Amino acid sequence: MSLDAVAAILLIPALAAALLALLPGYRATARLNMLATFLTFLTALSLLLVRPPAGPYLHVDDLNNVFIVLTTFVGFTTSVFSASYIDHEIEIGRLTPIFVRFYHAMYQVLMFAMNLALVANNIGLMWVAIELATLTTVLMVGIYRTHEALEAAWKYFILGSVGIALALFGTILIYMAARPSVGEGLDAMVWTTLIEHAAAFDPALLNVAFVFLLLGYGTKVGLAPLHAWLPDAHAEGPTPISAVLSGLLLNVALYALLRFKMLLAANPQALAPGPLMVTMGLISALFAAFMLYRRRDIKRMFAYSSIEHMGIITFAFGMGGPLANFAGLLHMTTHSLTKSAIFFAVGHVAQVKGTQRIADMGGLTETHPVLGWGLVLGVVAIAGLPPLGIFMSEFLVVTSTFARAPWLAVLLVLAILIGLAGLFLRLNTIAFGEPRGPTAEATASYVPMFAHLALVLVAGIYMPPALVVWFQNVAKLLG
Amino acid sequence: MSGLTFDIAHMLAGTLVLVSFLELYQDRLYALLNTFAVHAFVLTLSVAWQAYVQGAPHLYVTAAIALVFKAIIIPVALHRIIVRLGIHREIEKVVGVGTAMLIGMGLVALSMVVMLRVTAGADPLAREDLAFALSVVLLGLLMMVTRRNAVGQVVGFMSLENGLVLAAAGAKGMPLVVEISIAFSILIAFIVIGIFLFRIRERFDTVDLQALDRFRGERL
Repeated sequence: MSLDAVAAILLIPALAAALLALLPGYRATARLNMLATFLTFLTALSLLLVRPPAGPYLHVDDLNNVFIVLTTFVGFTTSVFSASYIDHEIEIGRLTPIFVRFYHAMYQVLMFAMNLALVANNIGLMWVAIELATLTTVLMVGIYRTHEALEAAWKYFILGSVGIALALFGTILIYMAARPSVGEGLDAMVWTTLIEHAAAFDPALLNVAFVFLLLGYGTKVGLAPLHAWLPDAHAEGPTPISAVLSGLLLNVALYALLRFKMLLAANPQALAPGPLMVTMGLISALFAAFMLYRRRDIKRMFAYSSIEHMGIITFAFGMGGPLANFAGLLHMTTHSLTKSAIFFAVGHVAQVKGTQRIADMGGLTETHPVLGWGLVLGVVAIAGLPPLGIFMSEFLVVTSTFARAPWLAVLLVLAILIGLAGLFLRLNTIAFGEPRGPTAEATASYVPMFAHLALVLVAGIYMPPALVVWFQNVAKLLG
Repeated sequence: MSGLTFDIAHMLAGTLVLVSFLELYQDRLYALLNTFAVHAFVLTLSVAWQAYVQGAPHLYVTAAIALVFKAIIIPVALHRIIVRLGIHREIEKVVGVGTAMLIGMGLVALSMVVMLRVTAGADPLAREDLAFALSVVLLGLLMMVTRRNAVGQVVGFMSLENGLVLAAAGAKGMPLVVEISIAFSILIAFIVIGIFLFRIRERFDTVDLQALDRFRGERL
């Protein structure tokens, strides 16, 4: 196989991981980490122009291209944030250089695994990639080796493995369903072949397979009631990993789910996957919105906000149809950008204050104006206030639902409003009022955070027609 | 397919479910590990038989991996860890043996009903295999839920994966990619767990997860 762009977005992180595992020092390797993710991002952009034909293992179409560009972009900006974050962690001695070397190598392995899951044309390969991504993040969550970090990593590992095991069972069932019409062997696991023949599959087998896949990959998406790992993993790991988890890994799992949803949709006799996804999405959104109130740990709070938003996105894709799918895609993109920006801010805030307890933070806009207002802007965006991008996408989700199932829309709006109130209640403590806690200068890199927020703002005001057409195509593809 | 080949495959898969039940009521760590070794051994026989019946030589590789890694290396290594760490030899359980067995029977009945109904079109061998495999998976889950001890949970997880291998072997002609990767992921998972066990020990002087539960949730 010649060296095309698809191979490159896998090879660059793989080579970088090997290199970073060997090189000592942490300043230079942090830069190398940035460089590798930047190159991957550029290569991913080139996929928009030239797209290699689908092979039995890898393929790129309109759908996964959205995810690839988003993943590599947030991967790059997070590596920039990570450099300054890790610098500080080494200074205060929370991490030793050997762990940083491990961390950087793992970061690239994670990027590799996520890219592989996205470009895989083989449902077995996709499963392997998601399992690899899970294992890498387990190791990264436990990297601080405190009581809490170990418990979080253990919980994540156990729940993640159970989820991934259920997903494998679903994958095997899909193969069983495909075998009579596609034939034995590799072909019956190639996604592009599967979707062509999906109409002839046994619907009962497909239904059961989808239930397993929904539970399995749904665990990784963080849908209630399988979300228990998510807040702990976000709160106890290094903040760049929280940003990557929320912004990217949840999306990758959702992508896997969407692929199988398309498979079911292509079979007229199979169960409609939509209502299942709508139910799980709505429950997650409502549940997480109520849970937001009682959070006293800042990262944990935003982790619950991620559950809420993944619920909304799953809800939108479950509703289906061009408009709701479009809204879901837009919401996924804006949520990724906003949530990672918030975690960039939160990471620096927690470093300055030396704690993650909300009660020990206060008056941030006075003591650290740039950081404080950045966080305020991020929370305004994530709460879904105009004119930022999330308002747009939530508005689209709600209006398209109102036209078809008004009662569901009422519940969804309720979830969004409760979430908004919960977030602002806490934001008030953190950003305004009497300054509390240490007020040392923050050595922060603000560029990634404001770059993300600027993009979200632009998405709320003006979307380039090319992007709209692209998203519309994908929405049609999703059915 | 002749009656005998079917019966043998059926018997081996059924034995795997039976050994899962045996694992479910063990309350000593060593006994649990030994039972797990038997579980992996039965899996090896079952996969090897499938390889013979289907004429699929690559399945012998899967069988060999199951034998070497799961029936020998992993139980021995876990044995050593237990000795080295001087862990309590008893496993604390969340529910009693009787209750666990009853729930287990319910799960087996459930998987029979579900799988036999939806796979009506598939060939009988694959149907039975899938139904048994789902039973093993669900029993593995039950084991993980009912054990408080980290080693107990790990064994539960591994027998769950054994169920998955059984399912993959039963699905005729399933590409090798997946089987190897399953074995691989178990290996990786094992390393991860090994590291974790050592770290838990380092921090808590126990591998009982209840010690961890104190640190649950909000850190206040």
